[in-house]
Amino acid sequence: MGRDGGVSCLMRAEMNMMSVGGMESAPAPSDLDEVHVLAVDDSLVDRIVIERLLRINSCKVTAVDSGWRALEFLGLDNDKASAQLDRLKVDLIITDYCMPGMTGYELLKKIKESSNFREVPVVIMSSENVLTRIDRCLEEGAQDFLLKPVKLADVKRLRSHLATKDDVKLSNGNKRKLPQDSDPVTITPPLTISTESSPPLTISHDSSDSSSSSSPVEMFSSSPIDDDEDDDVLTSSPEESPIRRQKMRSPGLD
Amino acid sequence: MLGLGVDRLQADINRLLASLFHQGVLDEHFLQLQQLQDETSPNFVYDVINIYFDESEKLLRNLRLLLMDREFSDYKKIGLHLNQLVGSSSSIGARRVRNVCVAFRSASELSNRPGCLRGLEVAEHEYHYLKNMMHELFQVLSFILLLHMRIKLGYGRQ
Repeated sequence: MGRDGGVSCLMRAEMNMMSVGGMESAPAPSDLDEVHVLAVDDSLVDRIVIERLLRINSCKVTAVDSGWRALEFLGLDNDKASAQLDRLKVDLIITDYCMPGMTGYELLKKIKESSNFREVPVVIMSSENVLTRIDRCLEEGAQDFLLKPVKLADVKRLRSHLATKDDVKLSNGNKRKLPQDSDPVTITPPLTISTESSPPLTISHDSSDSSSSSSPVEMFSSSPIDDDEDDDVLTSSPEESPIRRQKMRSPGLD
Repeated sequence: MLGLGVDRLQADINRLLASLFHQGVLDEHFLQLQQLQDETSPNFVYDVINIYFDESEKLLRNLRLLLMDREFSDYKKIGLHLNQLVGSSSSIGARRVRNVCVAFRSASELSNRPGCLRGLEVAEHEYHYLKNMMHELFQVLSFILLLHMRIKLGYGRQ
């Protein structure tokens, strides 16, 4: 797979995206009206995805790979309160549940025990839909429980709750255009490519073809897949679907 | 004439993707990744998938090393590795890899060594199948990109 291209893309990606084990720096005071999220996940792939999901929703993100690093970042790893904490602004903490060492649940407890951060909403992510686990987290004060893999709609919902709750002002420069509006022509190998004539089973969000704004997601989840199928049949985008509490949804196991 | 080539390649991609979805190799979360790609992050899908491959191969290698050890007994470690594989596979929409790893994990929870060995083989097989498919996909995409650029640059008569 063009391994050379892959490697250089990879290095660029890791430099641009997030640090692997360490931490990105906290936002400067001038960025304080942006929503700052601390994301905790031991999986690199998941960190990258959650960071992107948050960034797309106009959040500043610090991603760490363990509960310990999260506590370290928050200054909760030792007993004395750090003087720097006045400057540190965290609006949301989103953490994976299953992590080696300290679980997301244990991290949640530690955060709720701290005087500085107990008011910060904590969201737990988990790939397992275990009711007792969900209840335990909510009882301990978790704001929400998201079933992995986390969807764009989930993060949008979280973001809107934060906005209404804290009355955070969004500067327009941070607003990102929705996929349907953005120019799908990209420079490097992507999966979205705009073509003059859209073949029946297009996977691209072609902005010039907005009349048949089909959702590939729904296209592929409906069966059977038929080459001759008219893609005008599908119209709603996944993000616009009614918001459901993730915990009510059963895992996608067939 | 080049235009026709692009259409054909686009159709090939769509067929390939449709087939992968139909087989259950990929699910809708794979498409969700596309929604995270834009002009500010134009390589996102490609990069995430490559990182997934690197991480998964590391994990599968470690799993094999663990299970090949005659004195192996650390099923908990196997479980931890599999949690990672299950998680990252589901994040990128690699449904079949995810599912076989869930089955593998069940075997490890029962400390079932032959079951684990079987699980590993199946996981490796599914993983490599996915990787090969992705290779093909990206290769065709590169071709399309190349043709697009050539068309744009006016090489349409070639």
